[in-house]
Parts: sequence; C-alpha cells; structure tokens
Amino acid sequence: MQNPYLPIPVRIDKATIETEDRNLKTFKFVYVNPEDEAKFQYKAGQFGELSVTGKGEIPIGIASSPTEKGYVMFTVNKVGLVSTALHNMKEGDIMGIRGPLGNWYPWERMEGKNIVIIGGGFAFTTLRSSIVMLLDPENRKKFGDIHVVYGARSPGMLLYRDELAEWEARDDINMHITVDGTDDPDWKYNVGFVPSITEEKAPKGDDDTFAIVCGPPIMIKFTQPVLDKLGYKHDHIIMSLENRMKCGIGMCGRCNIGKEFVCKDGPVFTLEELNSIPKEY
Amino acid sequence: MRVIKIDKKDWESGVGKLSGDYSLYGPVKQGAFHNFAPLEKGQMPDLDYVNTRMSPKSVVYPQCETMFEYTLDENQPDHHVNKEIPKDYSPRAILGIRPCDVKAIDLVNINFDNPEYQDPWWVQRRAALTTVALACNNPCSTCFCTSAGTGPFDDSSADVLLADMGDYYLAKVMTEKGEALVGKAGFDQDGSAEAGAIDDAAKAAEAKITSKIETDKLGDKVTTELYDADFWEDVAFACINCGTCTYLCPTCWCFDIQDEVQGTDGCRMRNWDTCMSALFTKHGTGHNPRPNKTARVRQRFMHKLKYYVDKYENGIACVGCGRCVQQCPVNIDIRRVCDLMNRFEPGKECA
Ligand SMILES: Cc1cc2nc3c(=O)[nH]c(=O)nc-3n(C[C@H](O)[C@H](O)[C@H](O)COP(=O)(O)OP(=O)(O)OC[C@H]3O[C@@H](n4cnc5c(N)ncnc54)[C@H](O)[C@@H]3O)c2cc1C
Ligand code: SF4
Ligand code: SF4
Ligand code: FES
Repeated sequence: MQNPYLPIPVRIDKATIETEDRNLKTFKFVYVNPEDEAKFQYKAGQFGELSVTGKGEIPIGIASSPTEKGYVMFTVNKVGLVSTALHNMKEGDIMGIRGPLGNWYPWERMEGKNIVIIGGGFAFTTLRSSIVMLLDPENRKKFGDIHVVYGARSPGMLLYRDELAEWEARDDINMHITVDGTDDPDWKYNVGFVPSITEEKAPKGDDDTFAIVCGPPIMIKFTQPVLDKLGYKHDHIIMSLENRMKCGIGMCGRCNIGKEFVCKDGPVFTLEELNSIPKEY
Repeated sequence: MRVIKIDKKDWESGVGKLSGDYSLYGPVKQGAFHNFAPLEKGQMPDLDYVNTRMSPKSVVYPQCETMFEYTLDENQPDHHVNKEIPKDYSPRAILGIRPCDVKAIDLVNINFDNPEYQDPWWVQRRAALTTVALACNNPCSTCFCTSAGTGPFDDSSADVLLADMGDYYLAKVMTEKGEALVGKAGFDQDGSAEAGAIDDAAKAAEAKITSKIETDKLGDKVTTELYDADFWEDVAFACINCGTCTYLCPTCWCFDIQDEVQGTDGCRMRNWDTCMSALFTKHGTGHNPRPNKTARVRQRFMHKLKYYVDKYENGIACVGCGRCVQQCPVNIDIRRVCDLMNRFEPGKECA
C-alpha cells in the first residue's frame, strides 16, 4: 500500500547561504533514486516536508520552479530543532523529502491575466518558484503584465540577489525591489516598506489582475488596505498560510483553521476565502 | 442480516474457538474500571460492564506506534533513509465493544481513508478488524447516543450485534466479516423467530436515555459568528487544558510525529496528541494562532460540532458516549456547550 508518510531519499547537492545574517540557506537536493523525480511533480506554490532523520520533519515551500528539472530547491530559515539541524548538514548528506503537498497558486484561473507578486522578508520562496515558472518562454506568453514588489530589511537580507538583478534587466517583468533602509550609497532600487511601494508601483485592480501576497503578518496587515484602495477584489487577492504542521496530508489534525486543513485544502487561499474562516493564523 | 441465538453456556467455547484465527480484544477490569485489552488464550471478555474508561480506538489506532526505522551509521547501506517495518495486520476481533464506539471508528475513518490519501496503518488494521458489539440494555446517565447519530442498539457499523437476553444472546450478523466470525465460533442456531425481541429491547433501552442534545441548527450557523460568540470564555473558564477529554474520546484522532534515536538506531514515531495543548499549534517563531485556553477549548467543540459537520456532512464528530462528561476534572459538559452552540443567535446573547 502506498505510504504517504514515507520520505523520498535525496542528497544535498548544494547549500548556499542567502542572507547577511546567515540565517537563511538554500538547499538544492537531487534524488538518490532518479525515478523518484517523476513522483515529485509540483506546481509553484506547493510545499514539501523536509525530513531529517533523528530530528523530524518541517513543512517548507518549494523554491525551485517546475521548469527546473533534475533537482528541487528549498530556502530554510534557521529557527528551531529541525531547521538548525538542516543548516548544520553538509553537501553530500542524505535526507528525505515528502510531497509535493498542498494546493498551488491558481495558475489555471490566472491564465491570460496580469499578476502582481508582493513578497516580504523570507516568505519569497514560493514566489521565486512562481517567477521562474512564469518567465519560462512557454509560460510567459500565457500571462499578461507581471509586476513584482519585493522588500527586505536591508539589501543583504534579500533572497536570490543574482536572480533579482537578472529579472531587473528584463523587459517582460516589472521589478520593484525595496529595502526598509540602507546606508549603501550605490543602492539603485527603492527604499520604503512594501505597502507603500505597492501603492506607488502596483497597477490598479480589475477583473484581469490578480495579486499574490506572501510575507510576515505585519506586512500583510498593511498591504491589504492598499490593495483595497487600488481596487483589488478579495477573490483576486491570493495568500499562502503557514500554520504549524506535522503530517502535511490532512491526517494529524494540527493545522486546521475552521474546517480547512491548511496543509491539504491550502496553504493557498483567496482573501475572500480567508474572510469566512476564523483568524487562526 | 440474519439473527442467530447463542446460549450463554456455549459462549465460552465459541470464543475459545476464535483464538486460533483472531487476536481477540475485549473489556477487562483494570483496577476500578474497565478497559479494552488483548485477551490471553482462554481469557473471556468481561461483558458485565457499562462503558470502558478509555475508548477502544487503540485497537485500530495505537496510542504510540513506530512509523519508520532508520540507521544513522554511515557505514550501513541506506543510512539516513526511513524504512517501513513489518506490522501485524492479521485478523483481530473486538468482543463486546459498545455500538457507539464502533460507530466512532466509522466516523474517524473519514479522516484516515479519503480519496486523496490513505493512512496505511489505520486502513490495514481496520480491514483486519471484526467487531462484535454488545448492545446496551442499561445505558448510563451521561449517555446521549440517541441524539448523537447512534444508539444503544445501533447495528449500522458493527459486524455482529449481540443483544443480551438473560440466558442467551440474540446476535444480528450484519456483514460477511461477521458471518465468518460466527462461523468459526460455531454459532449457528437460528434466532429469526425471536428477532422482534431485539427491537423491543432496543426500544426499552432507548427509552432509558433521557439525556439529549440538539444539533439540528449547527450546520446553518455562520462559522465566524459562532466562533465569535460571547460564551466561549465562560465555557472555558475552569478548563485546565489537561487533555483528558481528547485522549479518552473515541472520535479524537490528532497525532504528533517525533523522531527518537538511541546510538545510531532511530525511528519515527507517532503518538496521540491533543488540541488542548499550547504546543499543538505553536510556531517555531513563538507565534501561536491559538494562544490561550479559550481558543483551545473552542477549537475542540467547534471541531466536533461545527467544522466536522460542515466538512463531511456526516453529522457531528461525537457519538455521545459521555466519557468526556464523566472524566473532565472540572465538569465541562459537551451537552451544555452543544446546547449553547445550537441555540446561538448572533446579537441575541444573554449574559
Ligand atoms: C506551508 C508552509 C511553508 C513554509 N515555507 C517555509 C519556507 O519556505 N522557508 C522557511 O524557512 N520556513 C517555512 N515555513 C515555516 C517552517 O515550517 C518552520 O519555520 C519550521 O517548521 C520550524 O521548525 P523547527 O523544527 O526548526 O523549529 P521548532 O520550533 O523546533 O519546531 C518543531 C516542530 O514545529 C513545527 N513548526 C514550528 N514552527 C512552525 C511554523 N512556523 N510553521 C509550521 N510548522 C512549524 C514543525 O512541525 C517542527 O517539526 C513554512 C511553513 C509552512 C506551513
Ligand atoms: S478534560 Fe476538562 S479540564 Fe481537561 S482539557 Fe478537557 S475540558 Fe479541559
Ligand atoms: S466528545 Fe465526549 S461524549 Fe462525544 S464521543 Fe468524545 S468522549 Fe464521547
Ligand atoms: S499538518 Fe496534519 S492535518 Fe495538516
């Protein structure tokens, strides 16, 4: 019988420190058994359970894009037991992943539409996946204008800096990178919080424009009124939740909000859906 | 379905014949109360009981179980890789389980066996299980099964339902699994002539259950309004978040996953967990979406009486066994809370 709790073995191919505080690392995993790649077919917005034997499992958003073949990538913030153990592992080490889990950003519904991606802090992982997926030539032609507002405390806290610079140089995506503050005289991008940059740069909301918002609670709290002001309807605002999880498949009962299991019915919800469930996130 | 008659003098030898084919479980007295336990060869279930302290869910869903094993020894092949382990899925039978507790297994099944995912351990153990339920002639004062979607003679989930008629049992054999079991036990005296007596006994037992809840309006309530109702502080006031109510409940299924290591040998375990614990939802960052006991008590009742109702349209996630009512150290009573919820109208709350 298929066992949905059994992780697929993977090898750490590369571990890269992302931020100046060294708290975020990106792990690139390759499949120990190449045939397992076929079992891990995902869409941008889904997550996986990273399994470290002896320590446990943690739910982490998939940072690589489905268009990137042969490996899968996650960016992990060091906060507690499992994430610290993972940070201490080295290239070549064996661990496990389980998934892909949860739903994804509603790409089917967004086809042909404009997309505004709004991210803050280290909640940019599945947004990277989305951007890389969207910029793939096959996919890019299926969508309208793409805007990205992405902010961090300081330049050194931005994830995926090389890629940000590449996207900045392209003309098929509008990048609005920002930091809360910096003393770098050469900083060429924006300074200011995500909500105010959104207000300045994001297009107006209409039936053909969707906003995907991921970030710390405080950013979400102040971005929402801005989107309201810009005319975004609540079923055009897409968010991803991070409740504490164990099983990731709707069995263990841990992550529910109202009748929804965040792991299985989510983690992606429209703001309209969130308005009808308790605010337990 | 057919009805057979089992003389009590034949019961023991019949049960004895089963032990070769099934691992048997039944109620046994442990100290001052009864619990379900594996029956040793020759040991009889003690059917002279009202209800067990713990529910029998552990027969299909153990309180602790090993999920996988692995080695951390890098000299071993497949080190750091979780491996499935052999488990016992040989036939097992529970003798003397109450109808409400069998119903509870069906209710939890919706969680563990669904179109997207199947919990392999639950599914295989349940497939291996035959239930011989014992109808209740004398329900206790905290039982409210008849208004919780089941009843003292409910035969809808059991493989066999026994009705105690004094010197003999009348048994309704409900399923093929039930047929197989009575066949192996050698019980085949026709009881169809007396089938009506079971209905009479059922009516008499149902009449003794005076404790009732009303659940008809739960489905229509607006979740967020019920969630914001002003009675939750009051309901939760005395709760000490001990978790007793959830561990002994036949319909509570939450679990935790933990890794354990000794030397280089490790395993991944799962253990029953409780939504009454603060750690249940606490993030690594310290943020807790259910930060206080009121939020946790509300979760427990909202889950059983509203979220489950809305999600599965399968009634409430409570079979009215009364265990939580009897064992809560501060007398929090689900019947009262259900009443508050069912009657709730936003804006019309009284102090
Ligand atoms: C859908 C989803 C996507 C996520 N994506 C990312 C990501 O891309 N990058 C990232 O760094 N973090 C992400 N997180 C948060 C990450 O799961 C937690 O930081 C991590 O579980 C902390 O585990 P720990 O063992 O290091 O900490 P501990 O505090 O020691 O946690 C122990 C256990 O608590 C649980 N837990 C603790 N905090 C959280 C939390 N915030 N969310 C869920 N479970 C928690 C885990 O099950 C873990 O096994 C995501 C969470 C979810 C639910
Ligand atoms: S048994 Fe009673 S006191 Fe203990 S957690 Fe349940 S409701 Fe609270
Ligand atoms: S909630 Fe209480 S009465 Fe209902 S099934 Fe669980 S223990 Fe029994
Ligand atoms: S994490 Fe287990 S139910 Fe969602």
